[in-house]
Amino acid sequence: MKEYAIEVNHVSMLFRLNRERVDSAKEYFIRLVTRKLHYTEFWALKDVSFKVEKGDRVGVMGFNGAGKSTLLKTIAGVLKPTMGSCKVVGTVAPMLELGAGFDPNYSGKENIYLYGTTMGFSRKFIDEKYDEIVAFSELEEFINAPLKSYSSGMKSRLGFAIATAVKPDVLILDEVLSVGDAAFKEKSEQRILDMMDDGVTVLFVSHSTDRVKKLCNKAIILTKGQVVAQGEVNQICDMYTEMVTSK
Amino acid sequence: MSLKVKAVGAYTDKFMKYRHLLRELVIKKIKLQYRNSVLGVFWTFLQPLLTMIVLTVVFSNLFGRDSAEVVNYPVYLLTGRLLYEFFTQSTKKAMKSIRGSASIIKKVYVPKYIYPLSVVLSTFVTFLISLSVLVLVIVFFNLTGKDPIPMSPYVAFAAVPIIILFVMCLGIGMLLATLDVFFKDIENLYDVFCMLLFYVTPIVYTIDKLGFSEGSWQAMILRLNPLCGIIDMFRAAVLHSTEFAAYFDPFSLVYSGVFAVAVLLVGTALFYKLQDKFILHI
Repeated sequence: MKEYAIEVNHVSMLFRLNRERVDSAKEYFIRLVTRKLHYTEFWALKDVSFKVEKGDRVGVMGFNGAGKSTLLKTIAGVLKPTMGSCKVVGTVAPMLELGAGFDPNYSGKENIYLYGTTMGFSRKFIDEKYDEIVAFSELEEFINAPLKSYSSGMKSRLGFAIATAVKPDVLILDEVLSVGDAAFKEKSEQRILDMMDDGVTVLFVSHSTDRVKKLCNKAIILTKGQVVAQGEVNQICDMYTEMVTSK
Repeated sequence: MSLKVKAVGAYTDKFMKYRHLLRELVIKKIKLQYRNSVLGVFWTFLQPLLTMIVLTVVFSNLFGRDSAEVVNYPVYLLTGRLLYEFFTQSTKKAMKSIRGSASIIKKVYVPKYIYPLSVVLSTFVTFLISLSVLVLVIVFFNLTGKDPIPMSPYVAFAAVPIIILFVMCLGIGMLLATLDVFFKDIENLYDVFCMLLFYVTPIVYTIDKLGFSEGSWQAMILRLNPLCGIIDMFRAAVLHSTEFAAYFDPFSLVYSGVFAVAVLLVGTALFYKLQDKFILHI
């Protein structure tokens, strides 16, 4: 029997877009009474089902607005699907946006603890990994300076170092491999590749078929919220290239 | 049945996992509040102390004299104001906590109740620190011998209204946080509400000095305010601990206790029902 790391069962996600944004009670009641509450319904995902075996590295491809980010967010547990369900076995490291949860008034050191606990790590675990995180981010000199004095590159280096301090069972990547300068980029790519070699299950969103071919062994294509193809990486990438050229 | 047990187990597991985050958030709010300010923690003392002095100068002739209820007017004021301040500060901050954490909630999975809970807890810690002002003022009056406040072990009962108040603040905080996600103008409405609450709560005055006869509808309505009973209980323990039995009103205890638990249940239920939709609105 195959072991699945991710099971996505008939997931649909409905967004209700207000034509005009109603976010005050006053406006809401006026519109309710005058019957001017208009919504545009929009299915970001429509009955998406697929399974990812343990250790598989799946590339998720699709045009802008195809629902890639929505899909990753539902798998990461950030969004709850309108219908259907996602089942993920083990710990998930969503690297959707590095450093969400940093506090600019806090020092680098304090932010390591803040962001680490936001990711669900325990204090003890962060204590153990602290030196490694600082060393990897190359921020030894600035670690006690407030984060608002950091450059954006420094921030994302710190975020990357914290997010990858743990070896997760499932890694969700949204093209975040471009972190910092060339040297750090190489280092961070190496770390991701090491994780992949360790048998971590990966979901990787990208527009570049080259990268997907390089990193993944399987792929799926999303179009307008639906899975139109899934299978071996080379076959799917060729299909995607064809879709791009015929567009 | 076993499903329910499992669900409760999952909740406690999640709480145990994220309790480190809760701790970090509580510490962060307290730390940042005092960082970069020269007077640091003294701000927490200065504000209630100055208000107490000003209000005493203005109102002590009107409400501070010939009243058995008011042993010591400055302390009477301070007790009421400290509790009122904790109530408004914690609920106002909890109201904005979900909107304020939008950038995190949109990107990482975190149990969302952590945010209002951490805000109420951190305000509670600040409140406990500010209680030392009360201790200092009482010591000051007892040393100078002017309007001294005799103490007895019953003063420990002061913890009961504080616990009830905490539960109530958490409940109202969850409720407001939920509403604020959908209707941002709740913030303006609530500011007005808090200002009115100051006037209908016996902080500077005593209800019997307002000239309403006991049992009149105005007096009844004023006592419907749960904050009124909570402050009364706190004062019974602090100002009248030697004759506690005469000043303690069991009805206030039951009424405010039931109110606090009910509002916590309603707030939590609404929060859980709507929390999956938060992300679509913030």
